[in-house]
Amino acid sequence: MKLFIITFTLLCSTFSLSIKAQQTVKSENVEIPIYDYAQLEPMLHPKADNDTTYIFNFWATYCIPCIKELPFFDQIGEKYASKKVKVVLISMDFKSKITSQVIPFIKKKNVQSHVVLLSDPDANSWIDKINPTWSGALPATLIVKGNSREFYEKSFTYDELQVLTIKFLKQ
Amino acid sequence: MKRIVLLITLVLAAFAGISAQGYKVGDTAADFRLKNVDNKMVSLADFSKAKGFIIVFTCNHCPYAIAYEQRIVALDKKYKAKGYPVIAINPNNPATVPADSFEEMQKRHKEAGFTFPYLFDNGQKIYPIYGATRTPHVFLLEKTKKGNVVRYIGAIDDNYEDALAVKTPYLANAVDALLAGKEVNPSSTKAIGCGIK
Repeated sequence: MKLFIITFTLLCSTFSLSIKAQQTVKSENVEIPIYDYAQLEPMLHPKADNDTTYIFNFWATYCIPCIKELPFFDQIGEKYASKKVKVVLISMDFKSKITSQVIPFIKKKNVQSHVVLLSDPDANSWIDKINPTWSGALPATLIVKGNSREFYEKSFTYDELQVLTIKFLKQ
Repeated sequence: MKRIVLLITLVLAAFAGISAQGYKVGDTAADFRLKNVDNKMVSLADFSKAKGFIIVFTCNHCPYAIAYEQRIVALDKKYKAKGYPVIAINPNNPATVPADSFEEMQKRHKEAGFTFPYLFDNGQKIYPIYGATRTPHVFLLEKTKKGNVVRYIGAIDDNYEDALAVKTPYLANAVDALLAGKEVNPSSTKAIGCGIK
């Protein structure tokens, strides 16, 4: 019985790693999965032995400093792709703005990184889970590799982001 | 000696200035004198019959502020009659965000049918004193003998995107608690919205 429960638990946890989106919005050949926080959370917590460096950038099309730093995340993602760096751009735009604003923005700026949308308007229920120091302001960046994670509520320059990425690559 | 005392006072004042993070629940809030969209100056002291105030830092351009416009109107309609009128303040600098200029505020007030004063924080002097960082960002004040005491700080409710899907109307619960002579719980949440510019 015990073995059965363990197997069952393991199976469940395996399945939960293949994250399912609430829905996916597709327009102009751009696909954006929509997650609530519970769906996004496993992505923010990779396994300890996962040697990929994940850079999660929280942004929105209406946030001017976000748009300014977005190309740097794209460039770092491209430059260090062979070193197992993966950039995920987590849009906080309203769900209703995906086809009218988010997708046109991605097309226009030729954004290469993986873009997802976090739609979970009860922000007080999850902001602290991402990081208790986060006020909720954008932009914000979470960098994770195995058990190492750092959170920044600030804008990045290209150089700052590169220094941080290299620091994680050496870990 | 006098000089040293003065120096120490100045240094302390400087530190206080640096560490000032705006108001916390329980603090007494400062009054202000700001220009309303009708060009008249408005102060909290003008509202002699009010039991308190729902101060909302908000603006024209931010999608969160826009999403909350009609909810703020509804809150004003409901609670003004009970002694808690809404006072909206635009804290943004129009040089940075032209859509938040005084003229645009006048238009927005009319178009959105605001039933409350919509004041302009000219020179951005008031919002740092309160410690507002977002639009919208709410400060609920209760009028007491020692002044207007902050009773709730944060978000209006728990769903910025869909008013019909709100589960916890934090601000309305807080006003109801004050009206019933009860403690406000929670007395603070994280305000969700655009950064003040």
